[in-house]
Amino acid sequence: MAERKKKTGVESLPGDDTARNAIMSDAGAGDHPVAAEQLPVAKKTGKFLVPLVAVGLGFVLGAIIIVITGKNPFIMFRAMIQGVTGLNLASGSFNPRYIGEFILQSMPIILTGLSVGFAFRTGLFNIGAEGQLMVGALASTVVALAVKAPAVIHVPLVLLAGAGAGALWGAIPGWLKARFNVHEVVVTIMLNYTALHINNWAILNVLGSADRVKTAEFPVTALLKDPWLSEITNGSRLNWGIIPVILSVVVYWFVVEKTSFGYGLRAVGFNKEGARYAGLKVERNVVMSMVIAGAFAGLAGAIITTGTFNFGRVLPAAEGYGFDGIAVALVGMNQAPGILLAGLLFGMLKAAGTLMQSAGIPKEIGGIIQASIVYFVAMKLGIERIIDLLRGRKADKLAALASGDTGEVGV
Amino acid sequence: MSIILDMLPISFMFAAPIIMAALGGLFSERSGIVNIALEGIMMVGGFAGAALTVVLEPVMPGMAPWIGLFVGMAAGVLFSLLHAVASINFKADQVVSGTALNILATGLTVYLAQIFFNQQRTRTFSAGLRKMSIEGLRDIPVLGQIFFEDIYPTFFVMILLVLGTWFVVFKTPFGLRLRACGEHPQAAASMGINVYKMRYAGVMISGALAGLAGSAMVLTQDIQYTVTSIHGTGFIALASLIFGKWSPWGVLGAGMFFGFAQTLSYYAKDISFLAWLPNEAFYILPYVLTIVALIMFAGKTVGPKAAGEIYDQGKR
Repeated sequence: MAERKKKTGVESLPGDDTARNAIMSDAGAGDHPVAAEQLPVAKKTGKFLVPLVAVGLGFVLGAIIIVITGKNPFIMFRAMIQGVTGLNLASGSFNPRYIGEFILQSMPIILTGLSVGFAFRTGLFNIGAEGQLMVGALASTVVALAVKAPAVIHVPLVLLAGAGAGALWGAIPGWLKARFNVHEVVVTIMLNYTALHINNWAILNVLGSADRVKTAEFPVTALLKDPWLSEITNGSRLNWGIIPVILSVVVYWFVVEKTSFGYGLRAVGFNKEGARYAGLKVERNVVMSMVIAGAFAGLAGAIITTGTFNFGRVLPAAEGYGFDGIAVALVGMNQAPGILLAGLLFGMLKAAGTLMQSAGIPKEIGGIIQASIVYFVAMKLGIERIIDLLRGRKADKLAALASGDTGEVGV
Repeated sequence: MSIILDMLPISFMFAAPIIMAALGGLFSERSGIVNIALEGIMMVGGFAGAALTVVLEPVMPGMAPWIGLFVGMAAGVLFSLLHAVASINFKADQVVSGTALNILATGLTVYLAQIFFNQQRTRTFSAGLRKMSIEGLRDIPVLGQIFFEDIYPTFFVMILLVLGTWFVVFKTPFGLRLRACGEHPQAAASMGINVYKMRYAGVMISGALAGLAGSAMVLTQDIQYTVTSIHGTGFIALASLIFGKWSPWGVLGAGMFFGFAQTLSYYAKDISFLAWLPNEAFYILPYVLTIVALIMFAGKTVGPKAAGEIYDQGKR
């Protein structure tokens, strides 16, 4: 046991016995103290209240900023309704294209949300979803351009390449954390920019780009685009990327909540030393967690490249999908359904952006609201205090009423 | 040799904002608050500096950029207060709070640019900070040419800040207290130090320096503020802080080196033994080296021990 508790980590590199150990490691964990699901999350009700209050406060703040800068906040809310339902409240017209674009905007950030959330469950902060997404996009570009195959083979290959590259990119900080105890936050930040420049270098110098902005167009067999999907949504860019996104949400839920492997990951996130004591291979779980997190983000890259676009792109700067993912995971409380909903919420903000812009409100208000929500979630202690205060007042009133009643009886 | 003489002033131009922001990070992390929002604070400082310069230029052309620098600094302090309130008073996760600030900076600066200038960026200023030469010193052979001729004043500001940081952090009671809060806040508190106050000071100084860095960067390397003006320099500053082992001299060395690496990307094609390397190799150098440095530091205590930990008065 003493040896196990030593922080060497060398013997626990990901081996080929992964699956077996994952099952073994959980054997009997159920009756172990670390396994009991008594995570230090606030009281049951407050748990879901915090992100809800944070979202509410974020929108209120956004509206206030719009008013201060001399615009009409109702334009924003109208744009959000139109962005989600396709209904234009002002003119009464309906355009399903907005629904398609809304789902399109939500797809990659649900995936980066899953990426960040999965790492969070193991106690890791993955700021690197952005970089994992970019290497995923690059790998899928390579496969899309280099492989000649019918769509039934080509599309899965493209998606696998994206997820695989993201997984490898995620493995780096995971391994460094497990082996050298190097903090994953700094490593993933550094890897984001490394990925950006590698992507640009590869597209310009290896894959070739006529206009120095994008690669040649992919063959149709590699694409997630589909004329039918586009047609039913009146020409939106909606594509079959929606299938892997839904599958990913289900897989996330299943792995985290229903498998012993996911159970082990959560145990590590809850209490590292406790998990070690319970016989879990902490270092291996750390690496695996980052690998899977990277795979989700890499998949997002593949979907953007072959669904939204049909070419690989040179990026002047990071596009913020990683930061979006952090917001999604935080608001979704790292739970699969929560991440799905939060992804749709922030997707809505993005989709409404263009509508707001054309109505005279800078679309960046979406980013401001998103940032405020993340900020308020971070200040959950403050929000809990406010909730408690409100509750306390209510409770006091009830108590006062009750005592008043008895008092009356007494008198 | 002459090519190196050409490169040095440009390296200094790149290095000055990196080092200023990294010094900001030093104050914050030494007080125990991790600040990954350096990038966002630089953006806010850069926006404020550029906007003020544009507005004041017609009135006072010479002074405008200097006032811009100062306003960038003030904007940085204000913006960093958000981080301070969340992570000190409300015990927020410092990385999450920093992330929020980074997202907010992107949205806020571009939003305000559209409100003030009706476009996604500030208007262009006709002249940012001008290069200067120092009479007398410029005549020193070689050194005079490198350090005192046609050089941006931000370089001298940066050198003064390095000296100042070293003095304040390592030679004054304030610095001792600041470092104590970053190493063991409970012990510091038991000696009567107000940990909250010291951490506020650390974060606000980091806001001032990163804001200054942002405006210095825009006013020397750009003609206006755009959303890509800072393009990751705040994270290179973070890298310099780590690579420089949280010391002002280390930060100076690391920042100079990263500034030089950036310059090399432009000159490499003229240097025979580097010509085969793609530009991108120089861009990723700071990031890759930082990861390597972290691996080399592994197991040793290098950074402030309590940085990133939530300070709870009740905990011992």
